[in-house]
Amino acid sequence: MESITLKKLKERFPDSIMETHSFRGDDTAIVKKEDIFKICEFLRDDNELLYNFMMDLTAVDYYGKESRFEVVYHLYSLKYNMRIRIKVPVPESDCTIDSIIPIWICADWFEREAYDLYGIIFKGHPNLKRILLYEEFEGHPLRKDYPVRGRQPLIGPKN
Amino acid sequence: MSDLAKNLHTEHMVINMGPSHPVTHGTVKFLVTLDGETIVDFDVEIGYLHRGFEKMCENSTWEQVFPYTDRLNYLSPIINNVGYALAVEKLIGIDTPERCKYVRVIVSELSRLADHLTNVAASGLELGAFTAFLYFVEARDLIWDLLESVCGARLTSNYVRIGGLKNDLPDGFKEQTKEVFKRCRELWIDVDKLLTKNRIFIDRLKDVGIMPPDEAIAWGFTGPCLRASGVPYDVRKAQPYLVYDQIDFEIPIGEKGDNFDRYLVRMEEINQSMRIVEQALDKLPDGPINVDMPEYRWQSKDDIYTKIESLIFHFKTVTGGIRVPPGEVYFPVEGANGEVGFYLVSDGSGKPYKCRVRPPCFPLTAAMPRMVKGALIADIVPTFDMIHMIGGECDR
Amino acid sequence: MIADLIEAIAKILFVFGVNMGFFAPILGWVERKQSAVMQDRVGANRADIFGFTLIGLLHPLSDTIKLITKEDFIPAGANKLFHTLAPFISLTPAMITFAVVPFGGQYEIFGRRINLVVADLDVGILFVFAFASLATYGTVLAGWSSNNNWSFLGGLRAAAQMLSYEVAMGLSIIGIIMVYGSLKLTEIGAMQTDFFKWGIFLQPIGFILFLTCAIAENKRAPFDIPEAETEIVAGYFTEYSSMKFIMFWMGEFLEMVTISGIIVTLFLGAWHLPFISDERLLSLFGFAGPNGSIIMLMMANIATFFGKIIFMIWFQMTIRWTLPRFRYDQIMKLGWKIMLPISLINIFITGLVVLLK
Repeated sequence: MESITLKKLKERFPDSIMETHSFRGDDTAIVKKEDIFKICEFLRDDNELLYNFMMDLTAVDYYGKESRFEVVYHLYSLKYNMRIRIKVPVPESDCTIDSIIPIWICADWFEREAYDLYGIIFKGHPNLKRILLYEEFEGHPLRKDYPVRGRQPLIGPKN
Repeated sequence: MSDLAKNLHTEHMVINMGPSHPVTHGTVKFLVTLDGETIVDFDVEIGYLHRGFEKMCENSTWEQVFPYTDRLNYLSPIINNVGYALAVEKLIGIDTPERCKYVRVIVSELSRLADHLTNVAASGLELGAFTAFLYFVEARDLIWDLLESVCGARLTSNYVRIGGLKNDLPDGFKEQTKEVFKRCRELWIDVDKLLTKNRIFIDRLKDVGIMPPDEAIAWGFTGPCLRASGVPYDVRKAQPYLVYDQIDFEIPIGEKGDNFDRYLVRMEEINQSMRIVEQALDKLPDGPINVDMPEYRWQSKDDIYTKIESLIFHFKTVTGGIRVPPGEVYFPVEGANGEVGFYLVSDGSGKPYKCRVRPPCFPLTAAMPRMVKGALIADIVPTFDMIHMIGGECDR
Repeated sequence: MIADLIEAIAKILFVFGVNMGFFAPILGWVERKQSAVMQDRVGANRADIFGFTLIGLLHPLSDTIKLITKEDFIPAGANKLFHTLAPFISLTPAMITFAVVPFGGQYEIFGRRINLVVADLDVGILFVFAFASLATYGTVLAGWSSNNNWSFLGGLRAAAQMLSYEVAMGLSIIGIIMVYGSLKLTEIGAMQTDFFKWGIFLQPIGFILFLTCAIAENKRAPFDIPEAETEIVAGYFTEYSSMKFIMFWMGEFLEMVTISGIIVTLFLGAWHLPFISDERLLSLFGFAGPNGSIIMLMMANIATFFGKIIFMIWFQMTIRWTLPRFRYDQIMKLGWKIMLPISLINIFITGLVVLLK
């Protein structure tokens, strides 16, 4: 049986939902990246959904696939005790996606982290800079083409 | 006088609090702009303990990830172990035996106890009440002794396995726990007397770092900090895993969401955790602790030495790791700091394609500027302590 | 003349020896052991000579050796003169103040009048306050001259705190001056012969106020915000090492002794034993002859006095290891909005009672 979230999403955004599944009971919707802001806003504000928690935001690098990255959102609705996973394919050629900070303020650091480790640009982010790594770091370590033993020691100028 | 004040040249002072500063335990840096003692601007810089947890996991077999999870929230490592094991089991579709579930609940709650004890103790220490600190450190040490008798390590437990546990509880564990809890309760009462009704302690914590419930939700708070704001969200109640639905316990809720509420919630959760452990020990059923699926969990040494199939499976799982079917899952457990969620992606090979952990103190730390701006520099201390940022978990 | 000089030198040496030779080093050990007892620990017991640890009594020695041999560090950009001067300024008042504290009464031995106080000033209490305020300069200078933001904040806090508490401290003592009608510490001490005439019974509020202000003045927990290590690292002495650090450290301990001395003199019956008068003691010691009995009485009085000091030090340490620390604005609020009005009311009531008597 399809969950209410997926049903409502399909009704409301028939064009932007590319695929849904519920593997092991985790409702998942794969959506187009142009509509992510609208969809998130809908999920938060709809009276039968009320996804008020943005639990997690991360990215996955499917190296070699057509749209290389996937930004993954995990949302939770406190009132209805439901979870949903939103996945957004992001191609390497246009490695950008809209920031969702206006919807959930906590996306701030999560988006910075995804930018830091995967190099995905979040459009509209007020302060998109590296968070876990240092400013001088080159590359994005969680991309699959970054070497496992790639080392970049930060050596300051000699006094 | 007014002329003098007008002509007086004043400027804001920018100070670097950390990464090596007594309050920033767990290496974090605050860039604080001060106007006298008042905080005008506040910026948090994390990442000093970043060691590439996800990259390491992606290059290990599914079982090799366990030691890395120990180092996430190193104050309650077993909860991370349990969370990861449950996520992998969900991905495979394993249901562990009843006894295993109970033991996992017991060790998780003991870890939570250790974590909360440390947190409350540190809150005393950082405000100058060193005695309360040592009282709870004694209690924590007793809990660690218990955990050591179970898994052989105090800090880096590495106790849980996919589809089971490393070993069963030792003999006489129940009696030992009873004794330890008796002493813990005495110490709890001592600390309660020293801190909870202490005027200075209350003044330092009350009305500092207030987070109203709606804002706490928007900032992604979970765990004791969210409950202190009055939002009754606890994964153990909302989406019970293991056997939490068969155990009678309550989740304490705060009123205002200030630091004192966070302190009170943690103090009460210490009691509730002890209740859970006692109930679980009473209900603990007999039976195996490991699932009977040799392709995922090694069988007993007797079987391996006497049966050829067991030996083959053992050889295969040890050398090549287990094969987890392709797919993706997210599994949340209630960590000591809040929701610890594991998001796993498997491509069917012997290694996790992606192993993401949702660190509960990451959004909490992100909300630090919101909580201390406009407060005094001394307010950073209790607020940061009640956030309970753990470097290993926040920076991964 | 020469006898006067010898007497004065002997008294100075005695006070100096007791303070610097006994209290200053021993207090570090007491603090460790006291906290250990309160916290279910063993405490310092590792320093040893040929395996003899002497229950940790060697730790002050090893601490001193360690600190003396450390590098004396002056940070870049610091004002060298003031940076060096500051610890002296903060140590000296703590040592000098004890000069006016009487550690015994007046005795006639072999026809000589001996007054057991180094300097029996007519304005003893004022002298104490004058030098206590000088100590502020030490901390402020240390904070300012270190060229370090933490020190600077610590210096600011110290200045604000010590100035505000000096006001309340000064006012809290007015009551006792009114009651005894003297500024002379020896006279105040001599008047407290009867147990129920002790300052603590005549001026209970004044006692609490003075004790609180004195602890605040000494910057010890719960009033240790100028050196609050979790907030501003170590406050005004962040940039001090080696001997200069010891001087701050000793200054704090000596001030604790001095404060206890003043409290004992003003409020706790000075050198008098409760319920046992000096005459009674004298008759008890009668077996030692006239001079011998007076010497024994003197010894008993000195012992009583220092015993009370030790009790007060213990009390201060118990407070220090029990309470958490205040916040800056709370300390100011306590000082100006609570302590000051209460001490004013106390003066008023005392005046009324004295007048009506």
